[in-house]
Parts: sequence; structure tokens; C-alpha cells
Amino acid sequence: MNVLIDKFDVFAGGFWLTLQICVLAAIGALLLGAVVAVLRISPVPPLRAVGTAYVNIFRNMPLTVVLFFAAFGLPALGSNADFLRIPGLDAIFSRLGTDLPYFRFGLIALVLYTAAFVCEALRSGVNAVPAGQAEAARSLGLTFGQNLRHVVLPQSWKASVVPLGSVIIAMIKNSALVGFFGVVGDLAQTADQLTSAGGYAFIPVAIGISVGYLIMTVPLGALLDRLEKRQAVAR
Amino acid sequence: MTTGEPLIVLDGVNKWFGPLHVLDDVSLSVGRGEVVVVIGPSGSGKSTLCRTINRLEPINSGTITFDGQPLPAEGKPLAKLRSEVGMVFQSFNLFAHKTILENVTLGPIKVRKEKPAAARERGLALLDRVGIANQADKYPAQLSGGQQQRAAIARALAMQPKAMLFDEPTSALDPEMVGEVLDVMTSLAREGMTMVVVTHEMGFARHAANRVIFMADGQLVEDAPPTEFFANPRSERARDFLSKILTH
Repeated sequence: MNVLIDKFDVFAGGFWLTLQICVLAAIGALLLGAVVAVLRISPVPPLRAVGTAYVNIFRNMPLTVVLFFAAFGLPALGSNADFLRIPGLDAIFSRLGTDLPYFRFGLIALVLYTAAFVCEALRSGVNAVPAGQAEAARSLGLTFGQNLRHVVLPQSWKASVVPLGSVIIAMIKNSALVGFFGVVGDLAQTADQLTSAGGYAFIPVAIGISVGYLIMTVPLGALLDRLEKRQAVAR
Repeated sequence: MTTGEPLIVLDGVNKWFGPLHVLDDVSLSVGRGEVVVVIGPSGSGKSTLCRTINRLEPINSGTITFDGQPLPAEGKPLAKLRSEVGMVFQSFNLFAHKTILENVTLGPIKVRKEKPAAARERGLALLDRVGIANQADKYPAQLSGGQQQRAAIARALAMQPKAMLFDEPTSALDPEMVGEVLDVMTSLAREGMTMVVVTHEMGFARHAANRVIFMADGQLVEDAPPTEFFANPRSERARDFLSKILTH
């Protein structure tokens, strides 16, 4: 078990890198998922079709395949995803700005894949708001956007929070795949480094990795439980 | 009561829900200041009729004009038209996350761009008028059904509408609360508001309506002043309907 102490800095580095990609992917997926959700509930049929197509594609494709597309398809199309080299942001998340694009590719895949689930979690919240309230808002003359902003979203948010949390927890676990698509040094890929290159025994390393993921996911789950209880009281 | 050109005109309106012909060639005009009560058995299309007037239900054929303008398609012009037609629903549909006063002021502030202070002042006056000024800062769930429905009426009135649509406003209420809502509606009718009221309250139809419309199977079967309709219904279906509801 000495590896946990001797190589603590390697585990910590892997944890930090995984945390970075998860924070960025969560933000990206929430934003993109919200856009797709708005498309899916929009009164304009072509926009609805775009939203539905997006969800059908990315919800039903294995993340591994999405990662393959990002890691091998984007370079084949001549893109290094340089649009993600966001000035300022790359000061905190240093891998965003590196010449090696795999962190950005992994991030794109995670965002695209997770946004489909975020969209559905948001939409389930929207569906939890009684349709009559949206009708009442329309009958007052509120536009679609005003209706969402002032009537539907403030209420759907409460119903969405818990399913959204589950989506983000799943995303953190899914992020373990990016290490095998060129993102060197994330928590999952650390295991590979330490065992095959470093020659450490597998089980202690695996325990260390697991603890790293649990540190991210368990508190998030506990937070969701608390939110859920508080809502039950408010109801 | 009626002056000038009618405010609401339906001409040859048809609507299907799938194979169900819910509105069958319905033509109707409602004059300014007129109170029209729509009655009929459930499933006769009376709620749908009411909801087509502000296009909450789009129609398949025919025309509907409001204040001389045909109903616009979905978009800004339709939102503007809806802001001029108040609507009161069976299930109140108050915004659950907003206080009663916020419910009443949301439309004026966001749609009419009124100053919040002015909208609040007028909102409070309206709540006072429907008798629930002391509930202004509560949330809908804290109010009784009758109070919620009066708040919903105040919310619709806050837009200073040209007409009010009532879709079975008392059907979801406990019996002892029906009166307080009908009182508000009666006073509105007396003040000259143009109203289309779908209801089962025959008392209201008798004393507040200018005309009673009887619908059955999506068709407009009778259109008569209330005294005439209740004393002497012309159609078999109306006689049958009245005999079923008035014998108890």
C-alpha cells in the first residue's frame, strides 16, 4: 500500500486534472444542454426537430465512439479545437491552452455526450410545471421567452436539480475514459502509468484511484440528498 | 347594450381533435359589453370554443376576428392580442412560485412595460376589488380555491382587457366558494365588460347573461336571451339537457 504514500503527488495530480476536465465539461454540458432543451420545447417545429435529433444521436451513441470521433475525427477534419483556447480560462485550466489538443478533444466529447442527458433532465423539470401555468402566461400575452424566463424555468429548476446531479455524477465517472484518448495524467490513466510503467501492484493503485473518484462524487450525491429533503419540506 | 360592430366574431369555425369534430361550423358574434354564457353537456365543445378566441386552441377552418382584426398566427402580434383578452381557467393556473400580488403584476410589468410601482398600486386596487387585498403577499397554495380564482380574475383584469373569457371558472370550487367568484363576475358584467362565460351555473346565466348559447356535439344549437331559453327551449337536446340539470 506504500504506493499511496510514495506516489501521493501522482494521485493528486491525476485528481486535479480529472477535476479540471469535469468542472469544464459540467459547465459546457449545462449550457449546451439548456440550449438543446429550449430547442426541444420551442413552438417552432424545425427547431424542435433539431433538438430531438441532437438528443437521439448523442444519448444513444456510446461515449467511447463519441471520443473516437473527437480524438480522430476532428484532426482528420483539420481542427485542433483551438476555439477552446480561451484566454484567461487557460490560466487556471492549463491544458486548455497546450499544443497537444487531446484535453480539448476529450472535453468536447464529454460536453456533447452529457448535454443530451442534461437536456432531458431539464425537460423533465419543465414537464413537472403544470401546463396550465404556461397557458395562463401565454394568455396574458407573455412571449415564449418571457414565459420560460418568468414562469416555467424558475419552477422547473427545482424539479431538475436532482436528475441533473445524477447526470453530472455519471459524467464524472465517464470522464475516466478520456485518459485512454490521449489525456495523459488524468486520474484513470494514472493507474495505467503506475502499474504498467511504474511496476506497482494493481490493487493498491486501483484503491487509490477509486478514492479519488469517490471524493468527487460522494459529496455531490450527499448535496443532492440534502436539496431533495429541503424541497420535500418546502412542498 | 350592444353598440357598433361586434367585438368577437366567429365565422364557420371547424376544429378536429384527430377524428373528433369538436367544433362543427360554429358561427357566433359577441357585441361590445355583451355577456354571453355558453352551456351544454360535457364534451360538447364549449371549452374549446372559449379557448379558440385567444387561440390557445388553433382552429382548422373558418375565421375568428377580434376587434376587427383576424387572429394572428403564433408570434408577437398574437401575444399582443392575447394581452387584450383576459382568460380565467377552471383550475386557476396561478403562478405557484409568485405571490398573489406578483401574479397580478407580472403581465403589466413584462408585457405592458408598466413601472413596477404603478403596477403594484393598481394590482392592490384590483385585489381589493375582488376582496383579497389582505392576501397580496401570500402564495397561491396558501389561499382557498375561491380566493385563488378571484386572484386569477384580478390577474386577467390587470391587463385592462377588452374582453374576458371564463372557462368553467367555478367547476373546481367547493360549493360554498362558488358564490364569492360569481359575485365578482356579476359585478364585472354590470360594469359593461364583454364576457364569454362557459359555465354550469344556471343562476348566473339567468341573471347576468344577455344571451345563452347552447352547444351539443360541437354544434351551436341555440342562441337566445336567458329568459326565453330557460322558459322555452326550442331544441329537443336543450330541453333534454335542462330537464337533467334542473330537476334536482
